[in-house]
Amino acid sequence: MSTHNTLTPPPNDWWRHPIGRDEVIWISVAAAWCVIMTFMMIYWYFAGNQNQAGEAYRISPEAFAAKADEMVDKYTIRTETELEVPVVAVPPGGDVYIVSSQFQWNVIPELKLGETYRFHLSSVDVNHGFSLQPINVNLQLVPGYDYVLNFTPNAVGEYNMVCNEYCGLLHHAMVGRLYVVE
Amino acid sequence: MSNDSEFRTCPDTGLRIHLPAEKLMKANAVAAVVFLLIGGIFGLVVALTRWPAVHLLPAEWFYIALTAHGTDVLIVWIIFFEMAVLYFTSTVLLNSRMATPRIGWVAFALMLVGAVMANVVILDGSSTVMFTSYPPLMASPFFYLGLILFAVGALLVCFIFLGTLVIAKQERTYEGSLPLVVFGALIAAIIAIFTIASGAIILIPTLLWSLGLVGDIDPQMYRLVWWAFGHSSQQINMAAQIAIWYGIAALLFGAKPLSEKVSRMAFFLYLLALQLGSAHHLLSDPGGSMSFRVFNTSYAMYIAVLGSMIHAFTIPGSIEAAQREKGLNNGLFEWLRKAPWGNPVFSGMFLSLTLFGFIGGITGITMSVQQINMIIHNTTYVPGHFHGTVAAGTTLAFMALTYWLLPVLWRRDVFMPKMAQWSTWMFGLGMGGFAIFFMAAGHLGVARRHWDMTFAGNPLGFEYSATVYLFMGVAGITAVIGSLGALAYILYTVGTILFGKRRPDTAAPAVSDEGVEAITSYGNRSKGWEAPGSMVLVAVFMVFLVVYYFANWKYLGSVWGIR
Ligand code: HEM
Ligand SMILES: [Cu+2]
Ligand SMILES: [Cu+2]
Repeated sequence: MSTHNTLTPPPNDWWRHPIGRDEVIWISVAAAWCVIMTFMMIYWYFAGNQNQAGEAYRISPEAFAAKADEMVDKYTIRTETELEVPVVAVPPGGDVYIVSSQFQWNVIPELKLGETYRFHLSSVDVNHGFSLQPINVNLQLVPGYDYVLNFTPNAVGEYNMVCNEYCGLLHHAMVGRLYVVE
Repeated sequence: MSNDSEFRTCPDTGLRIHLPAEKLMKANAVAAVVFLLIGGIFGLVVALTRWPAVHLLPAEWFYIALTAHGTDVLIVWIIFFEMAVLYFTSTVLLNSRMATPRIGWVAFALMLVGAVMANVVILDGSSTVMFTSYPPLMASPFFYLGLILFAVGALLVCFIFLGTLVIAKQERTYEGSLPLVVFGALIAAIIAIFTIASGAIILIPTLLWSLGLVGDIDPQMYRLVWWAFGHSSQQINMAAQIAIWYGIAALLFGAKPLSEKVSRMAFFLYLLALQLGSAHHLLSDPGGSMSFRVFNTSYAMYIAVLGSMIHAFTIPGSIEAAQREKGLNNGLFEWLRKAPWGNPVFSGMFLSLTLFGFIGGITGITMSVQQINMIIHNTTYVPGHFHGTVAAGTTLAFMALTYWLLPVLWRRDVFMPKMAQWSTWMFGLGMGGFAIFFMAAGHLGVARRHWDMTFAGNPLGFEYSATVYLFMGVAGITAVIGSLGALAYILYTVGTILFGKRRPDTAAPAVSDEGVEAITSYGNRSKGWEAPGSMVLVAVFMVFLVVYYFANWKYLGSVWGIR
């Protein structure tokens, strides 16, 4: 009597044995679910408001920093803390440059509720993470790449930008601020 | 040709064991456990630092310990153990001698030297870059060299595995097709070859860069190719641990697959989607079109997920069918209730299967949704998720196998069997709890790889809510419980090898095979259900998955417009 199990070779005609009803049902359910999940992503791409694929361009860290400096010169309305971080109020529809570097954010953006801004996110040294709290939106910032996304804030308040990609021994000190006003 | 004096027959199991292969299995298994001990200690001190009330280490040592933890457990422990599994499946299960034992030792030496080298430069503070080592952060050249040596050694073992399969076929040591478990190991080895090649493709130029011999490494290209190594490694772990689950089902219950065809196809699906997983780690990165992202993250319509969901039914299903055949036929769950829960081989196996599916699986499927990834990326959700997969899943499966394998290979009585019984529960439930609470904190925004969630002294800092602190505290407590479970496992292993009483060959089998050979058929498939209890289990799983999946879409829909 053959005692076949998972550790022994199967009977020679194993590929001819019929598949049981339980398995057929479960495989069908699982496969249908896989199709649903694929289409959910495509559906949300067209119908949803949150899609981080965005646009991306190669840019040198120097060129990116230069554009950011231009924004700071033009739109700074005040500075905050003893570090004198510029608060910039870019007009709605404008370009907001977020420069991450070891271990700080270049500016404190001030945005208007319900308006849309073109955010440019990048790094001028190593990888950093852009983690916007408390809404918990998280994006990877990679040096040499300008990551462009349109942000439309839906609630006023004070937000924080936390670096959540390890970027060196003071990684945990890298935190910034962002305002949304009426 | 095979030479009988090179074999011994195991008095417990009747298995014929090739002695040179056995030595290599032992060496690789011991190396694995030693690195689990080292890496586990680093994990514990990292966890005690992330527990806000304890906050053990200073910042620099936190990041050093975290780099060492990731490297030693995810890479060194798991891959050394997998090498032992490849030797075991290709020789013992096929009743064959192994190909080129000498190269096996060269491979072992390369891996050991590589692992030690990487540890030295992590601990001297010159390579605090995390195990992912994203450039332009730069580690010591010896860090990359260490990983490359380790990888080359592992690659050699994959080729020895393939060579052994050829020998077994030529010398006709078995008849017909490969056993299912060996087939699973073969899939793991093929994935490993692709994976390790990707690792080499990216680490060799990075090594040259750290030596100043080449210019910049494109940081985005690095992430893409590194994760072709890092993510596909998880497919190796999947294939290996699933093979082990099936194997334990046979060892304890004499289970055979419900259908060889279905189980093999499910393994095969992993191969089809092999090179696509890298994108899982780039979903919130710049670059890559929407179609690229959707195609890759879903493994071309979730075919790898489909494979795993199939195993999720067929493994408990095969146990259920075997148990019912033995008469445990009452109700839906008598077969499960009366399973040997006190045997750590079973409790470890069944816990790892359940925790992997319910914690690692459900959350993995959710976080790899292109858009949902944005509310999870790089928060503590991510380490939460993968302690559900690689710790509570893979590591626990390897522990369960060890409890069976150790007395067989070393021929010694088990050291402190009660402790072994407890260890699987402590490690499984500890790591499972840690995973859940780290994920909960991640949902509320806590950053991974982060030394100070209080932002002490920082004028731009802010405070997380009390709930977040509660979650991080419970995560700390559960991590300690898990660590104690891991410690018990290590004590068991070392204790059995060093202090276990040597077993005379005439002793009663250490490994009970009561009832194991009873199963010859499962009756008539056309009538009734084969495994109704398992159908209920997967139905519950499906409900959890669907609810959790859509809850995350809802959460995503509430955040700012981001396009
Ligand atoms: C012994 C019990 C363990 C404890 C207490 C533990 C605890 C932790 C903690 C607290 C973190 C830090 C998360 C962060 O701050 O980002 C972590 C990271 C990690 N753990 Fe574990 N862990 C354990 C076992 C394992 C096992 C068995 C594996 C894999 C087989 C594993 C793989 C990892 C990896 C890959 C990381 C990420 C490292 C990084 O972010 O670079 N851990 N672990
Ligand atoms: Cu940073
Ligand atoms: Cu950082």
